[in-house]
Amino acid sequence: MADVTLRKVVKRYDDVEAVRGIDLDIADHEFVVLVGPSGCGKSTTLRMIAGLEDITDGDIMIGGDVVNDVPPKDRDIAMVFQNYALYPHMTVAENMSFGLRLKHFPKAEIKSRVDEAARMLDIAELVDRKPKQLSGGQRQRVAMGRAIVRHPKVFLFDEPLSNLDAKLRVQMRIEIKKVHQKVRTTTVYVTHDQVEAMTLADRVVVMNHGRIEQIGTPNDLYHKPATRFVAGFIGSPAMNFVPCRLEDVSGKLHIRLTDRISFPLPPARAARYQSVGRDEKLLLGLRPEHITEASAHPEPGVEEFETVLDVIEPMGMETLVYFTLEGAQICGKVNPNVNAQAGKPLRLAVDLNNMHLLNEATGAVI
Amino acid sequence: MASTVVIDKAAPTRSVKYGSMSRDRAWALRWSYFFLTLFAIFSLVPPIYMLITSLKSSAEISAATNPWWVFHPTLSNYAELLSSNQFLRFFWNSAIVSIIVVTITMLISVPAAFALSRMRFWGSATLATGVFLTYLIPDTLLFLPLFKMFATFGDWTGIQLINRWYVLLIVYPTLTVPFCTWIMIGYFASIPKELDEAAIIDGASWFQTLTRIFIPVALPGIIAATIFAFTVSWAQFLYPLVFTTSVDQLVMPVGIVTSLIKGDVFAWGQIMTGALLGAAPPLIIYAFLMDYYIAGLTAGATKG
Amino acid sequence: MVDVTFQPNRVAAARTVRKRASLKTALKRKSTAAFLMTLPLILLILVLVIYPAFYSLHLATLNKSMQRFIGLGNFQFLFKRDTFWLVVEQSCIFAITAVIFKALIGFVVAHFVHNIPAKGQRKWRGMLLVPWVIPPAMSTLAWLWLFDPSYSAFNYTLSFFNIGPIPWTGDAYWARFSVILVNIWFGAPFFMIMYLASLKSVPDQLYEAAAIDGANWWQRIWYVTLPMMRNIIAITTLFSLIVTFANFDIVRILTAGGPIDHTHIFATWAVRIGIEGGDIPLGASVSLFMLPILAIAATFILRDINKRGNEA
Repeated sequence: MADVTLRKVVKRYDDVEAVRGIDLDIADHEFVVLVGPSGCGKSTTLRMIAGLEDITDGDIMIGGDVVNDVPPKDRDIAMVFQNYALYPHMTVAENMSFGLRLKHFPKAEIKSRVDEAARMLDIAELVDRKPKQLSGGQRQRVAMGRAIVRHPKVFLFDEPLSNLDAKLRVQMRIEIKKVHQKVRTTTVYVTHDQVEAMTLADRVVVMNHGRIEQIGTPNDLYHKPATRFVAGFIGSPAMNFVPCRLEDVSGKLHIRLTDRISFPLPPARAARYQSVGRDEKLLLGLRPEHITEASAHPEPGVEEFETVLDVIEPMGMETLVYFTLEGAQICGKVNPNVNAQAGKPLRLAVDLNNMHLLNEATGAVI
Repeated sequence: MASTVVIDKAAPTRSVKYGSMSRDRAWALRWSYFFLTLFAIFSLVPPIYMLITSLKSSAEISAATNPWWVFHPTLSNYAELLSSNQFLRFFWNSAIVSIIVVTITMLISVPAAFALSRMRFWGSATLATGVFLTYLIPDTLLFLPLFKMFATFGDWTGIQLINRWYVLLIVYPTLTVPFCTWIMIGYFASIPKELDEAAIIDGASWFQTLTRIFIPVALPGIIAATIFAFTVSWAQFLYPLVFTTSVDQLVMPVGIVTSLIKGDVFAWGQIMTGALLGAAPPLIIYAFLMDYYIAGLTAGATKG
Repeated sequence: MVDVTFQPNRVAAARTVRKRASLKTALKRKSTAAFLMTLPLILLILVLVIYPAFYSLHLATLNKSMQRFIGLGNFQFLFKRDTFWLVVEQSCIFAITAVIFKALIGFVVAHFVHNIPAKGQRKWRGMLLVPWVIPPAMSTLAWLWLFDPSYSAFNYTLSFFNIGPIPWTGDAYWARFSVILVNIWFGAPFFMIMYLASLKSVPDQLYEAAAIDGANWWQRIWYVTLPMMRNIIAITTLFSLIVTFANFDIVRILTAGGPIDHTHIFATWAVRIGIEGGDIPLGASVSLFMLPILAIAATFILRDINKRGNEA
């Protein structure tokens, strides 16, 4: 087990900068997820930690030692690849024990480690099969087993669930979490799926265009996003953004969305946004679950308005309603019993206690 | 309201459609087999005819009876050839040359293909294309300058190259190495890089990665290239014709053509036997390893 | 004060020293190893292919005994010889005709093999590839015997249909036909195998979509199969053109260039002049005439490979 530190790490390919200087401290035993869209640099960062890519600038430390020039095999790390990378000509047991055999571990030790990992991952009956006889989920477990038996300092996962179907992905997520609870090895996990990030991570690192947008616990990122990118990336369905302006109406701070719609801000929010320029172009950020049907007893900070719905998506547990506001498509969640119909108007309520205000130009959350 | 299955009575029933489709398919299949049989006959006539003739005595051949049938089969041609020192010498020379050339070819090609397909380094792309292009400089262009070069080399160093079978060890690789390298580049490139990376992370040195992971997985491609190198070496005609002239230095193809055809007296029974025996090794390898053979050729076809 | 200003530089210097060292070791590890691994290949090609090719250019400018430099004298001599132009014409006709038929037959047969159920394909493929497996020198001997003026098995069979004995190798035009025929027999399987592999890689869904769009079998071939196979068709055709153009074995054994030089191609004539005639420079000049044509074909291939690389 070890901690991992990245200091001002940069990766340049010819004149393209894939990773533009990131600083990251991963504590021992922590499960950190690097998440972001394709091309944001998360896989490159992972591969630099692994030693599969050279570091253009900056330092990477594992367990306190600088490993910039240390080859992968001496870094004491293990990696699980997106397409498993199992050795096709070896059995499951041989695949898992390959690293140990290279280091000339005693046979008894190898066998006990392989058995232990196979039991943990529920693949004990498969140890004599070859990879091509296994299903996708089984192969992924073998890949994890290969990593576990090495008892490395750090586990690295490179989008391991991307090749699995949706149902299997949910199952394997739970497996991975169980393994981490048992083995407690420091883990760096890369994915483009924010659901995986939220469910697996102790802390999430959101990356975009080679930079870190925000680091935080899943809850922090969900409820206190720092930038528009993070606010829109985390959470599904995504947060709604509506262009707006602040205005003073009879002494109280209001937020104006359209010519017809202007809401008074709840006191806490009004206090926070008091210093914002009244002419500044702003964005109102509201998660769909905070746009619901109007209730008989509105709470303080909840404002109502009426609009015509474009599309409804009954999900069973709730119904998603889509409507347009100032050209932006907005999504709200209403109770499935509400009579929501496409093309018909519906009275909705927005919970402004949970609103976010963003500067449209900089994308920063105020 | 419970949903019910609605049967559309107006729609045409499926059996009619299936009937016409399967009848079309049946005819297409019959024509296919018909033409395939024709082509197969076309392909197999010469080797079968070789076999038939090889079983005939020269008396039967000159009697000009039905050439497609053997009336008095005899193995005398085989007996004579296989007991002829000269013929055995040809076979031996061919075998030695082919085996050594295959070894040399593999020793050069495998590392080169590995480096060109998996290690990005300056000029690797141009080199790979260049390898392919040299295959397009034919032996029929190179044999004359090579002849002069070897003659001159012999004059300078006293090491006689002309008319020695071992000169073939030098020139054959020019024919086998480029294509073998190209086959293997195509094959090696299809092995995912993650396999190497997994091995590296598991702690393997590059040599261990090569020998314990890569070569076992790449074995089919290597076998295909080996078969190709052997077949090409065995079948060579121009180079040995030009570079070797004494009877004891000849390899099979040249030996059979030049020594069995004595002036105008064609001992066809023996010639065909010799030709068949000369074609035997590649044919036998083909019979047993046909899939590797074809895989090697087509490694380039689907991926390029 | 001095310490403070020096510190950052030292760190920076240490950083650059470390970077240079790591750069050197990185270079040492991958690139040099890779280069060393390709070195034998490069040496082989340089010494035994590239150098002789240029050397033949030099040789072509010498006189028969290779003592004097006569510039383009050999070429001038050749241009005046009728046989030379005959050889040029024959080489081109052989190459183009043979390749066209090989490609066509290969394409057609590949389709037939593709049509039959997969289990049987292996058997048929096996039988149809045999011509390519047999050393061409050996199979040409068989053809020579099949074409024999007195004992031809073909003539025997044809006599039952009252078709007179055909002088397969005796008459100039029949000799050309025979040479092309043997060439096709030998080379079509190669095309068949390559096209078959390529056919298999065309996704079925494209055919289904075309069928739904109303295409018949011919239109399916023209609009779906051929475009998908364009690259393979181009490469195999050009490749075969070059190899057929430079062919030696078949003509040498079947007709030895005759009758009356009417089946001589560059390769056989070069051997006749250069080795048998003892005039190496003249022979080299003959061989060299293949170069311009090969070069043109090579540029086409290069363009095609690059295009393919970009598409991929």
